[in-house]
Amino acid sequence: MTHGLLRNVAALASGLVFGLGLSLAQMTNPDKVLNFLDMGGTWDPSLLFVLGGAVVLSTVAFHFILKRNAPLWDGMFHMPLSQAIDKPLVIGSALFGIGWGLSGYCPGPAIASIGVGNPEALWVVPSIVAGAALQRWTHRRQTADID
Amino acid sequence: MTSFTPLSALAGGLLIGSAAVLLLWLNGRIAGVTGMITGLLVKPSTAPGWRLLFLVGLVAGAATYSWLGHSTPLRQGFPTPLLIVAGLLTGYGTAQANGCTSGHGVCGMARLSVRSVVATGTFLSVAIATTYVMRHLAGVGA
Repeated sequence: MTHGLLRNVAALASGLVFGLGLSLAQMTNPDKVLNFLDMGGTWDPSLLFVLGGAVVLSTVAFHFILKRNAPLWDGMFHMPLSQAIDKPLVIGSALFGIGWGLSGYCPGPAIASIGVGNPEALWVVPSIVAGAALQRWTHRRQTADID
Repeated sequence: MTSFTPLSALAGGLLIGSAAVLLLWLNGRIAGVTGMITGLLVKPSTAPGWRLLFLVGLVAGAATYSWLGHSTPLRQGFPTPLLIVAGLLTGYGTAQANGCTSGHGVCGMARLSVRSVVATGTFLSVAIATTYVMRHLAGVGA
């Protein structure tokens, strides 16, 4: 197989494992997410274990992977270039925080929810895509920081 | 109410981490869902395939979980206008910050990126405050 084909297989496999993980962690259940965020009420700390497990494993593995000259099936690592702590980062993250706290969906679980036949996904996913398109359309000169 | 499920949460988190490790190790790419969406919106000509395939895999992964006999409870009666407003804010905000829970929260933190730590701290604290206002002051979704 060519590397291009292998990369596509890897992307599909990575998405599949990601979707299984989100489902097993119950991040596809917006009540579970809102109960994690609701520290002043029915707090369910489960999602700390999701984030903790994902971040600790990735931190250790990324450390070794990024010592390589290149990934296995591509000529280079495609890393985000921007390191700026600027207004767009903070304002954008705050807007996302409002959206997340309102609905209980961040983008990954929203898209994964299509797979469990959740009718809320029919409203949330197109709205997320429309919001992202609006941002890109109004900031056409701003280049994405990942190629 | 949802019950505290530390073991399945940890196992799910390890799977999410494995997916991110797989994509970086094999393809040299960050497993950020926002990047997949905006990458498909902005430059559909430069190798859109892998981003679309990752998102297809994401849906297929959740479908597989259901197919294995696990049910995900569906929320009833949540106001649709709220879903739309929340989605628009989430889409706009994550595009502006160039990342969400996966790209900044998992991959960025794992790269020890200060930018991602700031983003994650911001969206987490604002989401916690928003949930408090909605549930305890406005009485929605409790």
